Order: sequence, then C-alpha cells, then structure tokens
Amino acid sequence: MDAKVVARAARKVYPSLAGDVPAIVDFDLEVSEGEFVCLVGPSGCGKSTFLRILAGLDTLSGGEAFIVPGPDPSRPLNNVVFQEYAVFPWKTVKDNVAFGLQMRGVPARERSSVADAWLAKVGLRRFADYYPAQVSGGMKQRVSIARALANDPQVLLMDEPLGALDAQTRAVLQEELLRLWEETKKTVLYVTHSIEEAVLLGDRVVLMTAHPGTKKAEFVVDLPRPRDLSTTQSQRFAELTAAIWAELREEVERAMEAQA
Amino acid sequence: MVRPAGDLVWPLAGMVAVAALGTALGLWRTWWWALLAAEFTLLVFAAEALERRLSFRLKRAYQSALAWVFPVLALAAWEWLARSAILNPRWFPPPTQIAGALWDLTVNVDRFSGLSLLGRPWLLTARIAESGWAGVSATFAESHLWATLSRVLVGFALGAAPGVLIGIVMGLNKTVRAMLDATMSAVYVLPKIAVFPLLMLVFADPFGEGPKVTVVAISAFFLVALSTMAGVQGIDPVLVQAGKNFGANRLQMFRHVILPGALPIVFNGLRLALGTALIVIVAVEFVRSQTGVGFLVYYHWQVLSTPKMYAALLVIMAMGVGLTVVLQWVERRVMPWRR
Repeated sequence: MDAKVVARAARKVYPSLAGDVPAIVDFDLEVSEGEFVCLVGPSGCGKSTFLRILAGLDTLSGGEAFIVPGPDPSRPLNNVVFQEYAVFPWKTVKDNVAFGLQMRGVPARERSSVADAWLAKVGLRRFADYYPAQVSGGMKQRVSIARALANDPQVLLMDEPLGALDAQTRAVLQEELLRLWEETKKTVLYVTHSIEEAVLLGDRVVLMTAHPGTKKAEFVVDLPRPRDLSTTQSQRFAELTAAIWAELREEVERAMEAQA
Repeated sequence: MVRPAGDLVWPLAGMVAVAALGTALGLWRTWWWALLAAEFTLLVFAAEALERRLSFRLKRAYQSALAWVFPVLALAAWEWLARSAILNPRWFPPPTQIAGALWDLTVNVDRFSGLSLLGRPWLLTARIAESGWAGVSATFAESHLWATLSRVLVGFALGAAPGVLIGIVMGLNKTVRAMLDATMSAVYVLPKIAVFPLLMLVFADPFGEGPKVTVVAISAFFLVALSTMAGVQGIDPVLVQAGKNFGANRLQMFRHVILPGALPIVFNGLRLALGTALIVIVAVEFVRSQTGVGFLVYYHWQVLSTPKMYAALLVIMAMGVGLTVVLQWVERRVMPWRR
C-alpha cells in the first residue's frame, strides 16, 4: 500500500519559562491511500496538534510529518473540518461550500455547480442561500464537511468534527459520514475522543498516550463495510471498544492525575 | 366575553379627580410635578387595562401606538403648563411657539448674514443656469443646516477613512500595535474639542472651515481606529485558520475573512464617532462660527429668543437621527448576514 500520510519521530515542544514542554514525542504514523484512520487519546494528548501540523497550521519541533503529494498538483493536499465548524458567518451556506474553489480561482459557473452538487449530497440544498446564523449546529457542521469535500483534497483532516453536537445529531452525522466516505473513499485522518465513534468510522484506530503524546497501541477495525449505526450492535464492535478502552483507561487516569 | 369595567374606569376617574383636586386646592402652581407624576401613574394603569381588552393581533399595533401617542400627550401637557404660566414660558416656551420659531427660522432669511435654516434651494436651478457650479455653492452657503452637515460629513469622512486603515494595520501587525496602541489610547481620552484653539493657530485662517472640519476629523479618527483594531483582533482565529487552510492568499484573506469579520465592530465605532462628531461640531459652532445650527442655538441665547433655541435643538436632533438612520441603512446593505 502507498503511504499517503507519513510521520516519523514527530516531536512538538512548546517553549515556556520553566523549560520546554513536550506535547508530542516520537510519534510515528502511516496512513495509506484511501484509508480512514482515527486518532484517539485523552484530552491534551496532542492529537489535535498533530492534525494541525499536518494541515500546515502549526510547525514541528523535530522529526517529520507530511502528506505525500499525488500525481495531480491542482488538487489541494488537505482540508480541515474544524470542531468549531469555522464556517464564515458572512457567507451564505453555498458560498461557504464554494470557498475553497473560489480561493483556487475556479470559474464562478463551475464552482456553483460543484457547490450545488455537494449541498444536495449533505441535504442542504434548501438552505443554500441561508446564512450560518440561521441554521442549526448540525447543519453548520454539514456545511463545513461539504466545504472540505467540495474542494476535493487529497487528504481530509477532521478535528473532533462532531464533538460540539448533541448525541442525536452526532448519530445522524456519523451515518452521513459513513455514507459520504463510501462514495468518495477519501484518505481520512479523524481525531476524536469517542472510542465508539472511532470504531464505527475507522479502518484503523491509533491510540495515543497522555501528555506527552505518542503512539500507545493500534487496532485494526475488521468490521465489514458498508457500516451504519446497526454496526454498533454487533459482537465484534463491543469487543473492539472494550479492548481499546482497556488500554485507554490507564492513559485517561494518568491525564487526570497530571491535571490535579 | 364581557370584562368588568373597573380596571379601566378607576384610573381614568382617578386622573379626573387628581386634576380637579389640584385645581380646587390651587396645588398646580407649586406641586405641578407631583400631580403630573400621579396623572402619569394612573395613565399607565389605564393604558394597561386598555391593552388587556385588545385582541392578540391588535396588541403589537397598540404598543407602537403608545410610542407615538405618549409624546403627543406630553407635549400637550407642556403646552398647557406653559400657557397657564405654571412653567415659566421664558425658559420653557409652549411647543406651538417652538414650532412657529422653527417655521420662522426656515422661511425668513436673516437680514445681516443672508442665511436661513435651509437656505433657498428653490433658487438652485435658476442659479445653476446662471453661473454653473458657483450657483450650487452659493445656494448651499445660505443654509445653516448645510453648513453643519457639510462640516460633519467632510470631517467624518476625513477622520474615519484613515481611522479604518490604521485600525486594520494595528489589528494585523503586532509591531505597529505595540508602538501605537498605548499612545493612541492616551490621546483618545483627551476631549478633542480641547485641541480646537491649537488648530486655529495651525490653520492660516482661524475663522475658516479648516480647523472646524479638522477637529471633527480628529475626534472621529481615534474612535474609528481603535474600534477597527478591536474588530480585527476580535476575529475568531479559527476562521483565519480556515481561510489559510482553504488556500486564501493575503489579499483574499483580507477581502473574505478580515474585512467582513471586523465590520460589525467597525460600524460600532462609526456610530459612536458620528455622535461625537455632532457634539464637537456644535461646540465649535458655539465658539467660532457665524453659520451652522450650533451657532443658531448660541446666537438665540445671546438675543434671549428661547423658542428659536429650542427650534435649533430640534434641528440638531433631527440631524442626528437622520445621520444614524443613513448609517444603519448602509450597515444593513454592507452586512446582510446580520439581518
């Protein structure tokens, strides 16, 4: 398999008056083309930081982390779906979805038809001319997801995209993400602190240690695809989440002690 | 459904009783304010009782009717108090007399200055035909309202435009912010009218328009600059990151993220600056002007013509309201996402 995302001995330290504070140490990761990998860890383990580094929004202090460029240079390397949605309040739903294309100078007509297609896929066609303030949180995150997918990045980076939503909206969007992934087969790196979400969505779950973050364990999710919410009822799903929790529990306790 | 009429009848009866009692005992002259307060309280009870009788659909209309009817009642009370000399009409002339003074200011051209409130705009076409652009300025030069309005508008534009520019630079650039922020905040608290004498020195013509327009510009500049800076800094950093992640270059970032993100607070600053500009220009016209509505207030104080003072105050109020409405209209046009 071709590696699409590579991290080797990645290291991130934050300078402070009391000396350098390590956030990520010795982190290795490979994500193959078309693979859906979930990064799970306790709060403050540096998983979001790693994602931001890959997105070019932050820098490494040592080692390397990069996305292997594909053959088509016109496709952007990555796009991020932020936890806080990060949709532009001053742009309509449709203009938000077309934002990446607009920045790349795609002609208005083409951009409009691509945006319309994605709005239809995430069920937002009726809301195309609404402003974000006029739609719910779940819809804002749909806008954010459609904005990233419409830009057709080589790798989709998702930073706890469903973390701010209520449980029911989250369940609906999880199914929607599964459906969209079946359609696009994108390479996805997905940060979450929900084990269930990671097992439901991912091909592989990478577990990180508490502060400083590094790889603790890795689980291949051998649940058959296509999946939906009924997958969570299966025996194998329960086994996997229990196995991951057994490993994660220790880290969560360590993280809580560190905060105390 | 028939309601018992009591809740409506007793406040109305009370109002009549208070008025009659006040008149019978001769209380109006000294205790007019207490009697009016009692009347007002009873009026509120009556108005609420009336509202309870209205259908749901009429209630909204009733609320906005109150906003119009009450001032009319208040003016009527003022009129009566002034006419019956309970209020000294020298300081508080009856509203009808103020309206008359306003009419007087509008239609009568002052014998010495050749000015009136609005000038003679009906001569505009004839004058343009006669002398072109000079005809336009001759017409505007006859109007006190236009004198003030032009000072405010020109000064406001001259101050706000560089204010927005500097504010954006200060918001975006840490070094510039570090250098300017403390100084600007210090100068900001200085009442700008205090630099007016200095400006009269600086300008070759101390009585001309230069210092007047400049003092308005200065007062607008600091407010707009500091609020623009706050607006740029207040932009949610995740939106800037999103812009970056989706490939916006510097210009696109400015156009699609920074500018729209800062606009709401910029407009806050513009609104405040407009209010300050009006204060400053009126003060300046008190001191050093033979034209403008501030001059009208001050001049009619000097000749002790209170109705005209009130008329000029009305004009200033109307100007403030008008300018605010225009600014709000622009705001809605520029920021459609804020309803």
